[in-house]
Amino acid sequence: MIWLNVVVQGVLVGGFYALFACGLSLMFGVLKVINLAHGDMAVVAGYVAVFLTPHLHISEVWSFLVVVPIFGLLGYVVQRTLIQKSIDRDPFTTLLVTFGLSVVIENLLLEIYTANGQSVNIGTLISKSWHPASIIYVSYVSLGVLAVAVVVLGLLQLFLSRTGTGRLIRAVADDREAAQLSGANYRHVFGIAAAIAFATVALAGIAYGMMTQFAPTSGGVNLLFAFEAVVIGGIGSLWGTLIGGVALGVAQQFGAHFNPEYQILAGNLLFLVVLAIRPQGLFGRRTALS
Amino acid sequence: MSDVLLDVAGLSVHHGQLCAVDDVSFSLRRGEILAMIGANGAGKSTLLRTIAGLHKPSSGLVSFDGADVAKLSPNRRVRLGISLVPEGRRLFSSMTLEENLQVGAYRARRGPFDIARVYELFEWMPGRRKQSVWQLSGGEQQAVAIGRALVANPKVLLLDELSLGLAPIVIERIYALVPEIVAQGVSILIVEQDVAQGVAVADRVHCLLEGRTSLVGTPADLTSEQIDHAYFGADLRHAVPKEEADE
Repeated sequence: MIWLNVVVQGVLVGGFYALFACGLSLMFGVLKVINLAHGDMAVVAGYVAVFLTPHLHISEVWSFLVVVPIFGLLGYVVQRTLIQKSIDRDPFTTLLVTFGLSVVIENLLLEIYTANGQSVNIGTLISKSWHPASIIYVSYVSLGVLAVAVVVLGLLQLFLSRTGTGRLIRAVADDREAAQLSGANYRHVFGIAAAIAFATVALAGIAYGMMTQFAPTSGGVNLLFAFEAVVIGGIGSLWGTLIGGVALGVAQQFGAHFNPEYQILAGNLLFLVVLAIRPQGLFGRRTALS
Repeated sequence: MSDVLLDVAGLSVHHGQLCAVDDVSFSLRRGEILAMIGANGAGKSTLLRTIAGLHKPSSGLVSFDGADVAKLSPNRRVRLGISLVPEGRRLFSSMTLEENLQVGAYRARRGPFDIARVYELFEWMPGRRKQSVWQLSGGEQQAVAIGRALVANPKVLLLDELSLGLAPIVIERIYALVPEIVAQGVSILIVEQDVAQGVAVADRVHCLLEGRTSLVGTPADLTSEQIDHAYFGADLRHAVPKEEADE
């Protein structure tokens, strides 16, 4: 029963990792850009939800209704200006630019909001949980985040496979030049992909603020977990990202069960094992490497 | 409406220091098939890719339907009616046959071609439309690439090395479709390494040698010696050993 609880807790946190990681996966798959400021965007979304949306007389719980669309728009604009400019120079520049963006964001947040931990206030919901068996507690918030992750990934999958715009995104990811020859304006398609990535990471940032506390520097460690989830699951596979997130979460919970210090170590070990045995990830296509 | 659909004047294209296309001029009339022939590295593909908008010319003009298109992006040119079937097919490998065609049709112009029409043209396609394109043979993939370009309803179809890596029987079948496509009012510019194939299907032939025009004419007017000479260059005769040349 103890082990069942470990798995349950791992799956719950894995849902959050997947929600956090799907935008990173999309940006990498379509734009071939590793957005090192991805985690910081989530943190910014958290701060916006905590400090700015109350001015609009929206309670923090519902802040995502405003923050997510704004971040979608922001993603499109940042892509069409900053990131596209760096893609046009060379791929390495995108790493430098997004790393710089990350540093700027963290320090601006420290300057404005100090290093104090913040969280999104959801009232008494935070302490409520479902108690199906003697030692298994399923937090409603975590369960909600897992559900949101599954719904978001499902909608994204439908969008990519069933709509014209979604197919265009996949076409650009497969072969940018051939997509242009089929009439796609790849910069616009990049913008749409970045909009989705920013919107989903904003949702993840707010979810994080509901589950626990965040500070200006919380982005980095979450980016690392998101990156691991993407690599474990396989680049370019959304459900792979979910499985990757869950696998990472379960590994971390197993580690933590033996000793809290082993939590992150166990996750990193899983990541290394997958890289060594199946570098394309659990659900990745081998061709993605060539 | 002018008789000339595509007009290329004094076009030069550089890859860094290398001059791939050097001061090439030609025009393509409506409903015409022009074959651009030449050896490996003669600049044929670069020329085609420049017309499609994938390379920037270092000098010269590309006008299409009377308008200067030299500054337009490839996707804008597709909307105007220039579609390229790129060398090596370049299908979307994560997608099914039908999805590849759907991408081509998404921003398509109005015209006679749609996915259903392509399925009529290639009768084997409907039964396999849900298959991943990597499960198709090379010839079938080439057909999908042509279909993907056709559904955009181009006024001019640029075909780059259709025959590359395909069996002769397959090449023959694909070229057999060319008259049907032209019958729909599409002009065709073919780039071919396989001279016989290019000459057989074309109304006019334009030969490139090291980036420059070496021969222009209709297949009926050109002798095979002329074509060989234009294809390989004058150096070939110099390569003949002196004793033999004296005999």
